[in-house]
Amino acid sequence: MAIKKSPKPKAGIPTSSMSDIIFMLLIFFMAATSLKTVEGLKVKLPQARSIAKLDTPKQSVLYVFIDRTGLISIQDKLLNVEDVSEVIYPLRRNDNMLTISMRSDQETQMGVVSDVQNELRDASALKVNYSAKPK
Amino acid sequence: MLVKKKRTPPEIPSSSMSDIAFLLLVFFLLVSNVDTDKGLGVVLPPPGDAEIKLNPKNITMVLVNAAGDVLFNDEVIPVGEIATRARQLEGSNPNMVFSVQTDRKTKYQDYIDVVDQLTAAKVKKLALIGTE
Repeated sequence: MAIKKSPKPKAGIPTSSMSDIIFMLLIFFMAATSLKTVEGLKVKLPQARSIAKLDTPKQSVLYVFIDRTGLISIQDKLLNVEDVSEVIYPLRRNDNMLTISMRSDQETQMGVVSDVQNELRDASALKVNYSAKPK
Repeated sequence: MLVKKKRTPPEIPSSSMSDIAFLLLVFFLLVSNVDTDKGLGVVLPPPGDAEIKLNPKNITMVLVNAAGDVLFNDEVIPVGEIATRARQLEGSNPNMVFSVQTDRKTKYQDYIDVVDQLTAAKVKKLALIGTE
């Protein structure tokens, strides 16, 4: 009697699931890259009820950070109050839709915020969004 | 007699693979909060000190002091009442302009509370004069 030959184990990577894996990786990296957190100062955003989503496209949004000690940061650079309009003005000229997203700490004193707002007015960047968290 | 045991071929079960992938997809979709920017939208007054002449009748002054107390048309009211008051005023006078002024030492949160109330009242004309 002949010895039964064991069937040769299939060599090779299963290709049927390959697309699934690739798809999964794709989704993962898509999710991971859009998680890019906005750089800036550490702020504890104020809370509000009637907040709405910002309707400006992302590329037209400029984040202005003001932390509780009154430091001002735009595009990862610390600025003095009086330099804010100089920085924003060229951006505003190139982008009609420019919206300032004011990310200010809830403990920030209004003096600084008001000074920044006056600088924004000087730069004609009048569309402002006060970033807030839902209550 | 020697009969070789039949070996099962090493293979990753591929039928459940798509399930796992789908599960992971759902997981990451739920976990990753794409940073949506939410907040209160306002439009600042244009630059320059050119005061637009307004009938004093059409201006409502909302003052916020350093302690967060609100003076609404020369009357101290709780922050939570601003929305209803503003709605009433705007109902009787559609041209009403609400002017928010704060102390330099007012906390940002107190200011946001006031703006929040006015936004809730769907105030159309909001002037943020800033600090006194």
